[in-house]
Amino acid sequence: MTSAAPTAISSQAAANRLLLRRQRAERRFQLYGILAISAAVGFLIVFLANIVSRGYMGFVQTEVQLTVNFDEELIEAGSYRKILRTSLAERFPDAGSSRAERRALTGMVSAGTVFVLRETIAADPAIVGTVQDVWVLASDPVDQFYKGRIDAALPEGERPISDASLARIAALEEAGRIALRFNRSFFSRGDSRNPEEAGILGAIVGSALALLVTLAVSFPVGVMTAVYLEAFAPRNRITRLIEININNLAAVPSIVFGLLGLAVFLNVFGLPRSAPVSGGLVLSLMTLPTIIISSRAAIRAVPPSFAEAAIGLGASRVQAIFHHVLPVAAPGTLTGAIIGMAQALGETAPLLMMGMVAFVAEVPGGFTDPSTVLPAQVYLWADSPERGFAEKTAAAIIVLLGFLLVMNGLAVYLRRKFEKQW
Amino acid sequence: MLSYLPLLIIVLFGVGAFYASRARIGAAPGQSLPGLPGHYGWYGTLWTVVPATLVCAAWAVIDGQIIRNIVLSDHSGLSGAEATLLFVSIENAAAGVMTEDVPMASVELLLKLENLSTAARFAVVTAVSVLGFFWAWRRIRPELTARDRVETALLVALFIASIIAILTTVGIVLSLVVETFRFFQLVSPFEFFFGLEWSPQIALREDQVAASGAFGAVPVFAGTLLITVIAMLVAGPIGLMSAIYLAEYAHPRVRAVIKPLLEILAGIPTVVYGFFAALVLAPSMRNLGVDLGLTISSESALAAGLIMGIMIIPFVSSLSDDIMTSVPMSLREGSYGLGATASETIKRVVLPAATPGIVGAFMLAISRAIGETMIVVMAAGLAANLTANPFEAVTTVTVQIATLLVGDHEFDSEKTMAAFALGLTLFFVTLALNVVALRVVQKYSERYD
Repeated sequence: MTSAAPTAISSQAAANRLLLRRQRAERRFQLYGILAISAAVGFLIVFLANIVSRGYMGFVQTEVQLTVNFDEELIEAGSYRKILRTSLAERFPDAGSSRAERRALTGMVSAGTVFVLRETIAADPAIVGTVQDVWVLASDPVDQFYKGRIDAALPEGERPISDASLARIAALEEAGRIALRFNRSFFSRGDSRNPEEAGILGAIVGSALALLVTLAVSFPVGVMTAVYLEAFAPRNRITRLIEININNLAAVPSIVFGLLGLAVFLNVFGLPRSAPVSGGLVLSLMTLPTIIISSRAAIRAVPPSFAEAAIGLGASRVQAIFHHVLPVAAPGTLTGAIIGMAQALGETAPLLMMGMVAFVAEVPGGFTDPSTVLPAQVYLWADSPERGFAEKTAAAIIVLLGFLLVMNGLAVYLRRKFEKQW
Repeated sequence: MLSYLPLLIIVLFGVGAFYASRARIGAAPGQSLPGLPGHYGWYGTLWTVVPATLVCAAWAVIDGQIIRNIVLSDHSGLSGAEATLLFVSIENAAAGVMTEDVPMASVELLLKLENLSTAARFAVVTAVSVLGFFWAWRRIRPELTARDRVETALLVALFIASIIAILTTVGIVLSLVVETFRFFQLVSPFEFFFGLEWSPQIALREDQVAASGAFGAVPVFAGTLLITVIAMLVAGPIGLMSAIYLAEYAHPRVRAVIKPLLEILAGIPTVVYGFFAALVLAPSMRNLGVDLGLTISSESALAAGLIMGIMIIPFVSSLSDDIMTSVPMSLREGSYGLGATASETIKRVVLPAATPGIVGAFMLAISRAIGETMIVVMAAGLAANLTANPFEAVTTVTVQIATLLVGDHEFDSEKTMAAFALGLTLFFVTLALNVVALRVVQKYSERYD
């Protein structure tokens, strides 16, 4: 094939063969491209599908309906535990009264049920002395079994739920007293050691507080820097230094910002550890380059004629920029701010250093309260061995991705709506 | 609550000063002014607010130190640490937390001084604010070039804002260098950069003696390198081929859909990738390894590297795509004119022309992979194995920084200082990669513009 044929016919054939080979190479090359894109997009789809399939069950929770006798004497004595035990014993009269049996019974419902009963009474004292049907959270093993994540065919010793409990669940099901219900506590509570009670409200509030600090610092500073560099800065060394600096800051690994925060904000300035104010400050330094770069682009996109017209009518340069250029560039700067905030929302590594990855059960109430953030909550739950936390982790990821989707969607919408070619 | 009072005063006075100053110039006889009435208002506000705020801030910084010195002056002859301990217990007692052996006289003195400071700050801030206002008030006349002055103040503010970026860099470098310097006084740089054994945790247990922990960072660097190489083996081909297809073959409409889709990969929080790598990919890879008769550690470099590679695909593809689209059409047309197929044109003409830019894109992606933390923290191990086997667990620079610094501890053990030394290395390596990459990209773009 490689030897050059002397006759015209064979050289024609060789050329044809060569052409075929070249065309095959062409198709192969295109195929590689399509394969590469399919691999990337395919991974994205598998990845998202996997997260959703793991997490959607986290939004519902198995609940058990108990008939509770809110006995006045017991309530006055403060023995809420006894109230719970009595109602469980009434529901399952077959259970013996030995300690182990009693513990197995209370193990059917969440460990926090006693406190829930107390809160119910505190919220509505009128129910004291009455008998009520109350839905309470099932414990993690019951919940996982009811959701079909535990294989009942396994021998008893290899699953976290006993045969007796399985029989009780079947009995509850027959009586219609066990059901999957929307998991309200997931959105109304802070973290907990018990997976069935753990919620992400604490992390959402923590993230919101930290992002508020980030926005309050990085948006004004970022826009001011962008205005200065685009409209007022003289072309000199200092300006060039600032510009190079900003570009390099954009590429510094986020964990290095965590080191800065640890050394400067916590150890030198003495800001509180684990608090949204310290975390937010670190995030704001991290998002500053993003906001500056996109704000500069937005300001640059405004035609110079706007400022020139204003100056021609007697405005000063400051007036021209602030009254005529900046309002036109506002959607662009806002888009940059939203994208920066989305970045900050997903960031974990620097907050690791700031002590924001910690077990915090209380929903934070202020900027200096100990708190955690959404991605940190994901990280914490991903490390927890209990089965229930795996689906909570995925559910928290869905919530996090949901927030990011909304923020980025908003940014895209703003850009589309206000994008103008002058 | 009381500590916010001066700020409230400043804000109220500032608003009042604006209207008062504007009204004052409005009351002047009608003539053309070197500024709008609002400028005179702002002039008054600035004089009322800025000096008072500066005084207030300075007070907050200094007063704690002064109070501390006065309180501790009764207890001479204490070492630095003892003095700190004593002062903390005095503070606690003052806050109502009972601690033993606290000199009550000092507690009372502290409370008295703190009250005095609060009252004095309030008085001083108010006075400065009022003085500032009257200073401005006297000068507000039609001859005052209010617009120029207010705008100069604004420009100064803009300049200060833009300095923050430099301050951040200075802060990063200083904090890293100071700690690293202290670290190198305990552990020689030679051991750190060339030592083959890394086990910082031992130093904590045996305590104090610097030599007991091993701080040879080569295994850590090697682990980082291994994971980065795996990541680039994934992201390089996939990213580059995607970019070629998008830039050269894809219909604009396909491109408009696929490009943002790929960029989603860069927008997913890394902790989510970490979750996927650690809880989905790693277990299934270990099972696969069992089936194939391979030992794949549950925290293998491969799982972390693969996922990290997917994360950085867009960093390679987006920039390469931009670079290839900016290669002038005339080059391609010349090649087509000579009878080359599209793929031949890409391989022989477009890629060579775009090579510097693509190299830049790869370098940026590598720097991203080296600095990435959460994926490796969750999916790679802690054990510093010096190995090139991707099925084993390795550790990385970022994992070590994170684990050495998480949790409450004193920040003067060599363990924490080692984290800063690693951080400094990381900072310089990524910085160098970025600077070179940007240079290369810039140089290239000059050639065709």
